[in-house]
Amino acid sequence: MEHHEFNIEGGDFSRAGYASSQVKKILKQMGVDVGIIKRTVVAAYEGEVNVVAHAYSGAMYVDINRDEVQIELRDEGPGIEDIEQAMQEGYSTASSAVREMGFGAGMGLSNMKKNADELHIESEPGKGTKVVIRMLLNTTTGD
Amino acid sequence: MRVSEIVQILDARIICGEHRTDYTIDVAFASDLMSDVLTLKNDHVLLITGLANMQTIRTAEMSDINCIVFARNKKAGKEMIALAEENDIILIECRYSMFKTCGLLYQAGVQPIY
Amino acid sequence: MTVADIVKALDLKVLSGAGGLNREVSGGYVSDLLSDVMGKADAGQVWVTLQTHKNVMAIASLKDLAAVILVSGYQPAENTAQQSEEENIPILGTDMSAFEVTGELYTLIRK
Ligand SMILES: Nc1ncnc2c1ncn2[C@@H]1O[C@H](COP(=O)(O)OP(=O)(O)O)[C@@H](O)[C@H]1O
Ligand SMILES: [Mg+2]
Repeated sequence: MEHHEFNIEGGDFSRAGYASSQVKKILKQMGVDVGIIKRTVVAAYEGEVNVVAHAYSGAMYVDINRDEVQIELRDEGPGIEDIEQAMQEGYSTASSAVREMGFGAGMGLSNMKKNADELHIESEPGKGTKVVIRMLLNTTTGD
Repeated sequence: MRVSEIVQILDARIICGEHRTDYTIDVAFASDLMSDVLTLKNDHVLLITGLANMQTIRTAEMSDINCIVFARNKKAGKEMIALAEENDIILIECRYSMFKTCGLLYQAGVQPIY
Repeated sequence: MTVADIVKALDLKVLSGAGGLNREVSGGYVSDLLSDVMGKADAGQVWVTLQTHKNVMAIASLKDLAAVILVSGYQPAENTAQQSEEENIPILGTDMSAFEVTGELYTLIRK
């Protein structure tokens, strides 16, 4: 059982992706299948970018054991009023500044859902959001 | 297609990974939206983009993309080059528009993603 | 060459703004960054993008673009389509990716 924590600064686009990058390095070192690594870090990275783009501050908590990886993103921020609507491809409240950074087309959460083995979102509007990405490591079936 | 050929066709400049011009790409993808790039499943993808910031490199890192062409005369900064170096990502700067960059590579036989 | 010629040659779907199919085409511009298009696109160009946002039509109209091609099967947002009708600037659809449709468009225009 391994545990890691990384802080994520809201609004700091130059550092966005650092935590996901660390996760990638750890999984690579463990010799995890490259396809699983890619799905894991793509989901983690979109989640990390969401904290940077939409929240004030947050953190990524990573728990790894032989069978699974769990990545929990917790932030203090505006939260999500209607999670079902937020999950829809194309729905976005991103600012034009975020769109000029190459994000904010409303494709993040739906892509996280496609890549994660399990995705749970809880949010309290006005307070913050918790996103849990669960990946199984010893899967024999892909996708 | 080999990176060396891409550079020649685009009359472009390699700014990171000069010693890996033998690397070959299978397909090309053109986008300025990183969320779009993050949906790709292919290997050996050439990313053509006009977005030159740290997230472009991060996106390539997460998606296992090893070659990026910056069109529209976009320049990669020092930090971007360092991160690309660390992740074995080849960076190419090209002064053509995305339109011309895609057009020339397509005419030279580079395959799209279906 | 008109927008209609491109629709026919590239087998595009006319999603809205059919009233503008006779617009003359001067070239192509490929971008998903609205500020970039605002700054660099020229009148009469066909804009290739996957942005479906309503600001797309505001920019297409300000820059007097000939048409917008939405790639990878994307559909215009409702208010985007409506503005395309009002401005007579067609929105064209394709399942091709930006790289592929641009390659075809470049080949057609440079013929
Ligand atoms: N951590 C978060 N805090 C607050 N809102 C969020 C968060 N993550 C996502 N959202 C909301 O969900 C929407 C859709 O998210 P996503 O699919 O990633 O698209 P995008 O980030 O491009 O807008 C966002 O525009 C935002 O309104
Ligand atoms: Mg997002």
